[in-house]
Amino acid sequence: MTLVIGAFTIGFILSLLSMGVWISFRIMRFCDITVDGSITLGASVAAVMLIHGGSPWPATLAATLAGGAAGFATGVLHTRFKIQQLLAGILVMTALYSVNLRVMGRSNVPLSDVENIATPVAKLLARGSGGADSLSLLGWPVPVQDAAMLITVLVLTALVALLIRFFLVTHLGTALRATGENPQMVRAQGVNNQSMLVFGLVCSNALIGMAGALLAQYQGFADVQMGIGMMVWGLASIIIGEALVARCTPGFALCGAIMGTILFRLLVAIALRWGLNPNDLKLVTAAFVFAALVLPDGLKYFARKRFKEGSHD
Amino acid sequence: MISIRNLKKTFFPDTPNEVRALRGIDLDIPDGCFTAVIGSNGSGKSTLLNAVAGTFFPDQGKVLIDGQDITGWPEHRRARLIGRVFQNPFAGTAADMTIAENIVMAMRRGCRRGLGLALRPSVRDAIADRIRSLNMGLEDRLGNPIGTLSGGQRQALTLLMATWLRPRLLLLDEHTAALDPKSAAQVAELTLDIIRREKLTALMVTHSMQQAVQLPDHIIMMHKGQIVRQFGGQEKARVRVPDLLSAFDQLRRREQLDETVADIIRSQYR
Repeated sequence: MTLVIGAFTIGFILSLLSMGVWISFRIMRFCDITVDGSITLGASVAAVMLIHGGSPWPATLAATLAGGAAGFATGVLHTRFKIQQLLAGILVMTALYSVNLRVMGRSNVPLSDVENIATPVAKLLARGSGGADSLSLLGWPVPVQDAAMLITVLVLTALVALLIRFFLVTHLGTALRATGENPQMVRAQGVNNQSMLVFGLVCSNALIGMAGALLAQYQGFADVQMGIGMMVWGLASIIIGEALVARCTPGFALCGAIMGTILFRLLVAIALRWGLNPNDLKLVTAAFVFAALVLPDGLKYFARKRFKEGSHD
Repeated sequence: MISIRNLKKTFFPDTPNEVRALRGIDLDIPDGCFTAVIGSNGSGKSTLLNAVAGTFFPDQGKVLIDGQDITGWPEHRRARLIGRVFQNPFAGTAADMTIAENIVMAMRRGCRRGLGLALRPSVRDAIADRIRSLNMGLEDRLGNPIGTLSGGQRQALTLLMATWLRPRLLLLDEHTAALDPKSAAQVAELTLDIIRREKLTALMVTHSMQQAVQLPDHIIMMHKGQIVRQFGGQEKARVRVPDLLSAFDQLRRREQLDETVADIIRSQYR
């Protein structure tokens, strides 16, 4: 049960990351690897604010803004200075490594004994259950702290997803979606496609920064290495999500991203339980994304080949 | 009134690939005048259109719309005044977005885009009404991705989008060239229809002599980055496809003469 609760909690937290990656990768069609740096930036900003006695919500908000700033940097490098997408992301990600070390002052900041965003909910739950340490969920004992965290991130992720969903069908959101698909058309309709791209990257990385802040609070530490491979994890989640929901309207795609992330976390938890070496996790994830990107075309190719061979008989 | 003054553009200057695409174009298009640009490949007609649209900035010269100098405006800013239809039927719309979403983009061409809901029910009804006039049966498919439509349908919608808010200038870049003959004829008819009804000022690049004779009020013939001939008013009314072809032939002959003269000179200097 702890395993499932943990997978769901991390799943909801990383859903913010997946939605961010979805915005850059699918909406803006921009392969943005700032992600690996901006999630750590979010975590370190939040962690430092928390250990200096900041309250959890302002810390999370600051992390979100910091993430947005990272996205802004990548966007400006690409649009103003004409640096290729990948390289712009790599530059900012590399720079962020040092920035993160500067922000934290060391490579790891533990967050034991500080309040986190789930604390108010935990207090509420504790009062409700008469001061017990754990609640009973379907007969399983669940620590109050874990339950509170799950509820908080669930509500937060749902709110953010709804917000994005409604933003995407506004005039501005419609223009944002069109920018990724057809910049030429967007310019002809009087929209500055470059500003739109920067704006999209800011939104994307702001979400990722928020994910970092929540992740640090859940794990109880921020680490300068925690961002490595996060973009690929996000991609894997999106791909699973797209397999789960067939239709591609913004609302469905967002639900897909959230469901995909949770399913991915569950799969990871199960695989680790069955004895997958945690060190192999990123290799397996990369292989999975590779397969998901290549297989659909590969299958079509083989189908066509067999069809052709069949027609010769 | 659209005024183009001494417009010059050289691509890849000072390299072996230097192309002097525009060599000083002067052109006035009065309000409500539908002008067509014809010319052989590489004559600079698309470059002229792109210079007006703001795809690049000219090396020299000015573009004015109603006396307002827009030469330094970027492409997206000019969209406030200019509606465009591209040669590629897929270039003017976003394929994965629905018909209604594409059109709602055009309903705010050059305006501020805020956080209001884009597709209110009233807006949806207005779109359906206007699309019904196309007689393509698209009004029931507003929620379908525009990528599921044919090239002709997409081009008709792009045309509708370019003129949804009345543009001061409509730019048509060989917008029927990539369509099958039947769709091309439909789109051409729709073009003329909209331009006449809304009394639009339009500049159209075309490869089709037929179209150049039938649709516009005024024809401009371009060659090597310059305007070499214009057919307007009475002359335009009389001009037929063979006249245009013979005008092209004359150009070609003059050029061949130049070649031979050059050869003679070269042989004498050797």
